[in-house]
Amino acid sequence: MTTDSSAPESGLSRRKLLGAAGLGALAAGAVGAGAGFAIGDKPVEVVPDPDALPIPFEGKHQAGIVTPAQDRLYFAALDLTTESRGDLILLLKEWTEAARKMTQGNDVGEFGAVAGSPFAPPEDTGEALGLPPSGLTITIGFGRGMFVDGKGKPRFGLDGKLPDRLKDLPLFSGDRLDDALCGGDLAIQACANDPQVAVHAVRNLVRIAFGRASVRYSQMGFGRTSSTSSAQVTARNMLGFKDGTANIKAEDAKDLDDFVWVPKGDGPDWMVNGSYLVTRKIDMRIEIWDREPLEGQEAIIGRTKGSGGPLSGGDEFDKLDFKAKGEDGELAIGKVAHVRLAHPDFNKGAKILRRGYNFVDGSNGLGQLSAGLFFIAYQRDPEKQFVQIQRNLAGKLNDVLNEYIVHVGSGLFACPPGVTTEGYWGEKLFA
Amino acid sequence: MTSRFSFPAVGVLTLAALTLSACASDGTASGALTVKASDSSCNISSSKLEAGPSTFKVTNGGSKVTEFYVYAEGDRIMGEVENIGPGLSRDLVVDLPKGTYEGACKPGMIGDGIRETLTVSGEAAKKLSDSEELTAAADSYERYVKSQSDALIVKTEEFVAAVKAGNVDEAKTLFPIARTYWERIEPVAEKFGDLDPITDGREPDAIAEGVDFTGWHRIEKQLWVSNNTKGMDKYADQLLANVKKIVKLGQDAPLTALELAQGSKALLDEVATGKITGEEDEFSHTDLWDFKANIEGSQAAIASLRPVLEAQDPELVKDLDAKFKLVDAELNQHQDMTTGDWKFYDELTKDQVKKLSDAVAALSEPISKVAAVVAASA
Repeated sequence: MTTDSSAPESGLSRRKLLGAAGLGALAAGAVGAGAGFAIGDKPVEVVPDPDALPIPFEGKHQAGIVTPAQDRLYFAALDLTTESRGDLILLLKEWTEAARKMTQGNDVGEFGAVAGSPFAPPEDTGEALGLPPSGLTITIGFGRGMFVDGKGKPRFGLDGKLPDRLKDLPLFSGDRLDDALCGGDLAIQACANDPQVAVHAVRNLVRIAFGRASVRYSQMGFGRTSSTSSAQVTARNMLGFKDGTANIKAEDAKDLDDFVWVPKGDGPDWMVNGSYLVTRKIDMRIEIWDREPLEGQEAIIGRTKGSGGPLSGGDEFDKLDFKAKGEDGELAIGKVAHVRLAHPDFNKGAKILRRGYNFVDGSNGLGQLSAGLFFIAYQRDPEKQFVQIQRNLAGKLNDVLNEYIVHVGSGLFACPPGVTTEGYWGEKLFA
Repeated sequence: MTSRFSFPAVGVLTLAALTLSACASDGTASGALTVKASDSSCNISSSKLEAGPSTFKVTNGGSKVTEFYVYAEGDRIMGEVENIGPGLSRDLVVDLPKGTYEGACKPGMIGDGIRETLTVSGEAAKKLSDSEELTAAADSYERYVKSQSDALIVKTEEFVAAVKAGNVDEAKTLFPIARTYWERIEPVAEKFGDLDPITDGREPDAIAEGVDFTGWHRIEKQLWVSNNTKGMDKYADQLLANVKKIVKLGQDAPLTALELAQGSKALLDEVATGKITGEEDEFSHTDLWDFKANIEGSQAAIASLRPVLEAQDPELVKDLDAKFKLVDAELNQHQDMTTGDWKFYDELTKDQVKKLSDAVAALSEPISKVAAVVAASA
């Protein structure tokens, strides 16, 4: 495969071809295959379980960005504990090899989980044995800390390689960031339709990294809150609302070029065809939100809870009319409604590709749900995109939603372009 | 074994057999094999394999979803990979002992599949018997155990005497020092199932088992929580008697080289589970004494095995040396170089504990590979 072929796109076209209905039919077919083999004398044609089709690992861009969002996430941010450039390069090579195998549904290592020496720990941890690839994608990103230390001194001989756009995100009004949930030198985003497969991927990469990198924090996510393809229905967040209706979709080629992929001349060459990843752990005050009347909830968001249609009228995908007024003569979509403040029209045209997941980390000691959104967004220029939009949203006086949410974790990572069949993640950075 | 080919694809099979015999003339295959599966054939790149792990790279060139199995006599499944869609490939790694097997492709994932006989020859891992080198390693470690055991008895006697004399301060000073010798050779003690818990057991386990809480930690609790030695005489006497018993048993049945390799890892597991969490010495917080002693014990085991490891895997030795150095660097900053005393564990910051944990994890990975290297050298 050449660098020009695009893995995520080929993965997509498969899904696109099938459409949402097609996927359903496929799933039904797979059930049939497991249950019985023949009806009467006629053998039933067995179709592959969609989860058995691996998503190509190699390509122009990393998979896991415009790939139709899978159901589950396991995300980890790591700190590099080595200072050796050789160690780091070797780590990225070993990670690439392991990811190449795991995304195609294979075990890590030469002998995998069960065929190695009985006296040695198995190379693969084994919990994904017998499971299909499950749409696994593994996407990695480099944090600012990989390029410079706390005093701005270059690390790993990466002088002059730090992209201008990889600067710390500003503090936004209302942020209550916990240092332990922020930053990281490396990020691993593993998405799959089976949480076991996603966890297996991160666990094995973390294991490979022992002695070179150590986990700073990790996060499980479920119920994708964004659709990244028009073939997918819009999912709901923990507030019960459809989230990401107006998201950039894989089919919007122009939007992807304008807002997601880093073009030539947009910073260091090694980032061309890469993207910048912003993560935010957003705690939700679930119980308080649940006590809010429906009308209030809808006014805060600016959409109806049922169909997701804008309060200015119409169905989910209808255009938002920010000038429309209700019977009471007030704006239908209020001045501080979430959809208005987040909309490109009020953010100098800025859009982002969102790929977030819901999370529940059990309950806090007061019997409240420790739940929220692990927000993930990909973009070309964080300052002009995420930061622009978040400035508009942040602060109690702006987005009324802020009474119900609080940002506690934050990360910004430069995700390098995809790899070739022989290449490794970040190869151009170390060339 | 009876063949149970369910597809009347004789022509294809004959062809496959010819191809196979051509491959076989090059000798037996080991390592990677390719399986070309189609809707009507199952072409394995060699029918003769070497015992041990083999990788079958199964590529589905057919139009139906397929799966690939390796069966032993009586259709016992040795390994399988399912759900390989058209045009896709997946790997199956199976460890096959000497014998006759069948590889089976199942286009459409139904039926008995298209089968090929696989003959596995040679011997897999040899039965472990200690070579001269391994015997030398075990002997070397035995000498280490002897030196540590002698000191352990002396220091335990001193500790027990202080406890029985009601000398709380002296007992508190001696407690972590005597334990150092214990912790260095802990894999020896752990060999003797009954004695380890009554000597080094922990309070929650004693409660759960409904037995008397005894040993080092019983006295530790009295010293640090009650700040006296009341009622400790019997526990002190029992401790000394059991320590002596363990030392005697250990000298009568020294560890084999493989046990030694496993012991070097077990000592680090001790650190990772008991010391990093600060739960081993929950009353005295003298965990860093134990921590260091476990590391030293592990290092001593590796030192004894060094000639074997150097011969088999010099890269691993380099890695181990480097990682031991890192642990020491992280650990030693918490020791007072004049008195030799360590910081109490509750004085460490979360960040310092994380750094220790990272260093131990970094060392534990290469250490976990030592036993297989030792086994392979037998």
